[in-house]
Amino acid sequence: MQKQLLLGAEAIAQAALDAGISGVYAYPGTPSTEITEFIQRSQPENGASVRSAWATNEKTAFEAALGMSYAGKRSLTCMKHVGLNVAADAFMNAAITGIHGGLVVTVADDPSMHSSQNEQDSRVYAKFAMIPVLEPANQQEAYDMTRYGFELSEKIKLPVMLRIPTRLSHSRATITRAIPREQNDLSPSGDKTKWILLPANARKSYQRLIEKQQELIDASDSSIFNKIIEEKGPMGVIAFGIAYNYTMEVVKTYNLPIAVLKISQYPLPKKLISQFTGKYSDILIAEEGYPVYEELLKGYFGNGKFRGKFDGALPRTGELTPNLLAKALKVDTEETRSIPSIVAGRPPMLCKGCSHRDLFDAINRVMEEYPEHHLFGDIGCYTLGALPPYNAISTCVDMGASITMAKGAADAGMRPALCVIGDSTFTHSGITGLLDAVNDNTPITVIISDNGTTAMTGGQNSAGSGRYYNICKGIGVEEEHIRPITPLKKNLEENSRILKEELNYQGVSVIISQRECIQTARK
Amino acid sequence: MNKNIIIAGVGGQGILTIASIIDLAAMNLGLQVKQAEVHGMSQRGGAVESHLRISSEEIYSDLIPLGKADLILSIEPMEALRYLPFLSPEGVIVTATEPYKNIAHYPEEEKLMDTIKESATHLSVDAGLLARKAGSPKSFNVVMLGAASPYIGIETEELEKAIRLFFGRKGEEIVNVNTKAFRLGKEYATE
Repeated sequence: MQKQLLLGAEAIAQAALDAGISGVYAYPGTPSTEITEFIQRSQPENGASVRSAWATNEKTAFEAALGMSYAGKRSLTCMKHVGLNVAADAFMNAAITGIHGGLVVTVADDPSMHSSQNEQDSRVYAKFAMIPVLEPANQQEAYDMTRYGFELSEKIKLPVMLRIPTRLSHSRATITRAIPREQNDLSPSGDKTKWILLPANARKSYQRLIEKQQELIDASDSSIFNKIIEEKGPMGVIAFGIAYNYTMEVVKTYNLPIAVLKISQYPLPKKLISQFTGKYSDILIAEEGYPVYEELLKGYFGNGKFRGKFDGALPRTGELTPNLLAKALKVDTEETRSIPSIVAGRPPMLCKGCSHRDLFDAINRVMEEYPEHHLFGDIGCYTLGALPPYNAISTCVDMGASITMAKGAADAGMRPALCVIGDSTFTHSGITGLLDAVNDNTPITVIISDNGTTAMTGGQNSAGSGRYYNICKGIGVEEEHIRPITPLKKNLEENSRILKEELNYQGVSVIISQRECIQTARK
Repeated sequence: MNKNIIIAGVGGQGILTIASIIDLAAMNLGLQVKQAEVHGMSQRGGAVESHLRISSEEIYSDLIPLGKADLILSIEPMEALRYLPFLSPEGVIVTATEPYKNIAHYPEEEKLMDTIKESATHLSVDAGLLARKAGSPKSFNVVMLGAASPYIGIETEELEKAIRLFFGRKGEEIVNVNTKAFRLGKEYATE
């Protein structure tokens, strides 16, 4: 088969197509977005179609993928690590129901928080749900493991998690494709005791999930993705996922006599781990993310032969690098040059001509009249309003939290309680919070900054485009307090006046600030 | 054959075009390639870089280790210096001279160029001028690729072939402009 130069994310997408998926369900989120985008622009070669439009959020995406699995077909769902929090209810319970058609849950973690608010490790979720995880080290493995993931899922009748970090998702290498497989036929499950999680059924299903664990460990022990690579001693490294690359980079560059066990399939392979750990007296545990398996192997009282993130051999936070591994393996690396002091920081910023800029100008102008300035923010490009020259935002926590935090603050007596949320974030997780405020008649002012797209992740379709007025009206916001504005310099005066009026209103008001994203307008 | 290249710039400047062309050339030669890039928040006018590794052997790390880059190819002078810890003792900086000033306290240009001179073997290129000469200011990147081409470890013809492949679907004129831009950059470097 032909070779292709693909991002790790794209390798997963190509593999899912070649594994015969009938649909992908996802909400955009760095570093997972490119998986779905690749599928959207490359439908399968055999003429079968693959459903691929963006979902409203990760929970709706996950559930739709599970529904497709119920119908007997293979489905892929993709999200960033914090997106799994949104999908967690469906995720945890899909492990109890199990699946019918193969279901692979791809979660892209972001160690070092390149584009995220935390660096949570999705392997913890998989352990929590008691499902297998595949963690490729390179792009070819991302391809191979995605295909294998669907087979494994159908064999063990569980969703399988595929975990990648930013560094693999956004790095290219050549991959060799395998022969594509046909899609599954429509064959709905119909097994009610499996799919209806009434307590009587769920207790049995949960018991079955526990009993299945040994089979999952056996699968890891016989997996071709878990293997001992080098057997020189006396020091050993257990290298998980992409940490394997950094380990091997150091071992090969400095020709180190070090044993390496590569782990890319979980739960931990018991025999392999026991064989390896019995042989070496000094073992470095190299994991990208939380020290999840280091904690397990070391134990609460700390078996001293295991080194890693708890004893400082590797840093507890941030992504791994070849240099961090070199240090942990006690290699004396050459001194390198430092960054000259003349180099200034260059943080990201709102684009020139961006509609959020004119909105923040209006907000800052109006807020000057109040002794304290609070603006509850949310997740999107407009979070950059936190930086100079605007310094406009007081909070950014999770998708949709702007509206609900403003509500809670208003309940506590804070006036005015103002928040800003993007159009796509509003449909993702904002509508329910607005409904809470309407039902309580809480005095908050919600600005929906509608640029017609999911801009931060590259301009994907926004789920509610053109319908924000009707959505707000439909859930009970009074029409005279739904105020459309156009954020432009020439409208600063008028927009400030409208904003001020609504801040003075002691009930729920929504300002829909609508102007197209400057990036999508250019396309 | 083993080359580690950092390509640097500001989000939106198009450093990935340079990376893609080198990738294509390396692939055509049957070499291994790994190329880590930056997507997401930093693409909004922030500092961005790509770690490009080419080798005849298996490449493990997607990231270049500190002190192991043979070349920093930067399309912005201050960005060239940001990645200095990656440059090997014998490494070369090839940078465009035109600053991209989207921050409040951009350093004094003269001091910046002096620091580059003190820091490593370097070549600074007025890429804007050469791009206009080639027929399109947009060919700025490809001028820089041409200027850096003596340090990439891939033959000129192979890089030119990759340029034709890369721009091919945009038509003959775009291919010609970019080939010219590449040659002007290369001539400047070898003068």
